[in-house]
Amino acid sequence: MDKKKLVIGVIGADVHAVGNSILQHAFEDAGFEVINLGVMVSQEEYISAAIETAADGILVSSLYGHGELDCRGLRDKCDEAGLKGILLYVGGNIVVGKQPFDEVERRFKAMGFDRVFGPGTAPETTIAALYEDFGIEKPEEE
Amino acid sequence: MKPILLVDFGSTNTKVTAVDVDGYRILGTATAYTTVETDINEGLDNAMKILEKTTGPLEFEERYACSSAAGGLKMVSIGLVPELTAQASREASLGAGAKVWKTYSFQLTKGDLKEIEEYHPDIILLTGGTDGGNTENILYNAQALSTLSYDCPIVIAGNRNAADRCEEILEGRSIYVCENVMPGLGELNVIPAQKQIREIFLKRIVQGKGLSRAADLVSGIIMPTPSAMMEAMELLAEGWEDHPGIGELIAVDLGGATTDVYSVAEGNPVNVGTVMKGLQEPYAKRSVEGDIGMRYSVHGILEAAGDRKLSLLSGIQRKRIPELVDFLGSHTDYIPDNEEMKHMDFALACAAVETAVTRHAGTLEQVYTPTGLTFLQSGKDLRKVKYVVATGGALIHGEKAEEIAKKALYDPQTPNSLRPENAEILIDKKYILAAMGLLSQYYPVAALEIMKKEIADYGHNE
Ligand code: B12
Repeated sequence: MDKKKLVIGVIGADVHAVGNSILQHAFEDAGFEVINLGVMVSQEEYISAAIETAADGILVSSLYGHGELDCRGLRDKCDEAGLKGILLYVGGNIVVGKQPFDEVERRFKAMGFDRVFGPGTAPETTIAALYEDFGIEKPEEE
Repeated sequence: MKPILLVDFGSTNTKVTAVDVDGYRILGTATAYTTVETDINEGLDNAMKILEKTTGPLEFEERYACSSAAGGLKMVSIGLVPELTAQASREASLGAGAKVWKTYSFQLTKGDLKEIEEYHPDIILLTGGTDGGNTENILYNAQALSTLSYDCPIVIAGNRNAADRCEEILEGRSIYVCENVMPGLGELNVIPAQKQIREIFLKRIVQGKGLSRAADLVSGIIMPTPSAMMEAMELLAEGWEDHPGIGELIAVDLGGATTDVYSVAEGNPVNVGTVMKGLQEPYAKRSVEGDIGMRYSVHGILEAAGDRKLSLLSGIQRKRIPELVDFLGSHTDYIPDNEEMKHMDFALACAAVETAVTRHAGTLEQVYTPTGLTFLQSGKDLRKVKYVVATGGALIHGEKAEEIAKKALYDPQTPNSLRPENAEILIDKKYILAAMGLLSQYYPVAALEIMKKEIADYGHNE
């Protein structure tokens, strides 16, 4: 089967680059093809990249606390651009300070994200979720 | 001595340049008026007569030509997302020396097809999707192009996984499959498509344009003129084997209808903290401003620069500027014959150079983040480029060529435009650059040394 393609990057004016690179390697090792847009990525850039590459999912990172503002409207724009039903995840330190996670999750889900991950989520957790959502049986061992 | 003749068939002029490739020198140059529609050979004959008046009779061992006659190499570019493959497709075509009439993105409509049909391009560059990426769009567009009423050569340089099916859809037409212009996201790969375009130009277009008779006189018309310019600039910048070039440069070709800008430079961010945005640009990049030119496109200069700026530059009253611009737009072969018009042309040339180079160069945007200032760069940072080469009839024949060419430089008033900060101005006084690009295909060292002597003036003495 063809590898599933993921577009990743850190949204908005956020320059935290480290977690994003770690995710790239983790996802590649887990059998995905990764298109890494780096830091300071605009909503339009995720969408353009997903169109050209025919990506299966967009994974948005936000570390600096302004994620809620930056992510607003992304799902609508995806629908508008013909990316209907594309998988959308968000993770990192997506809001300012320590807020109850279930509330944060609810707000991001209302924005159209399929899954929302809180601070300190290990890559393995995300990968397991990806396998589940794409209906992939088990990781290919090398 | 080994004399070689280089011919540039333009739409209104035929230029000839005679060189001695053994002595690395120009023997003479001449220009004559032509109309391709009637007989291109007449222009060549006339130019030769003028040339021989200064050089005396010459026995040429080889003759080569480039051409921008009959509208140049007319192309349309097609891609998927405007700022990704459509842009890559456009860059590829421009770099191949084409006149890109329009760039289409997403799916072609019936209206788009009708437009293409009417424009009747010489070549279509069809792209879309990264390798392994989107196939739907390029297949749709291939289907659409299969309804074209004439056999327009189509270069297919999109998602490689869609190439076979595109070929099937377009079977029976002149199609050429080559590597994707954007194999991975943001990764530019324009050279294979450009080679293909050049080859088609050689094989098919030259004959179709009434140039084949002229081609008999020369050993062959080998490339479109802008492509020859690009070759010349790359050679001058990089050198050839143990003959050093002069390093990174930009060139401005100011014409009556368009202004072309070339850069041979990496253009990477100067500071580590700068974040790059947008498509990576080619190391050898050409841009064409179709709305910026000294006669046919003079209104575009007024629109871009405004009457206030033109008034400041020329010393002519603001309200008189539009009148003069109208006059120039409708008298396309006018040469200034009074002081006022000389000032006007000077101001227009300054504004044209500034506008065209500003559009070509990258920009640096300041973004305030919670930590403070961050810089976002799009396009090429040309600030460290060391040379600006000025060419084009409108520029080199004027009295103030150097002053005009300096408008290509960085301006503290517009600090986010990444134009060269401290570049030396080099002027193509004999108007030989396209000829040298042509020569470089056979005699690179001679072409390089002649350019260094004539343009960069590297302390060589005759
Ligand atoms: C290094 C660092 C910086 C460096 C970044 C250097 C760089 N270019 O990368 C600098 C100094 C530039 C910086 C600046 C700022 N920082 Co800072 N920074 C950090 C720090 C110390 C480490 C970040 C890091 O690299 N972690 C290691 C990586 C591996 O972890 P990670 O980024 O969290 O990513 C993992 C997971 O979160 C997850 N993940 C990430 N994205 C996603 C996405 C999905 C979909 C999923 C499922 C999972 C996931 O997987 C990753 C891999 O395991 C953190 C504190 C911390 N210990 O986390 C603060 C921290 C992120 N920074 C913070 C802040 C506030 C800032 C500034 C606003 C500070 C300021 N006022 O100046 C600026 C913002 C600048 C900007 N425009 O982005 C806050 C954010 C608070 C919030 N969200 O409420 C933190 C948490 C510190 C704190 N406790 O206050 N920072």
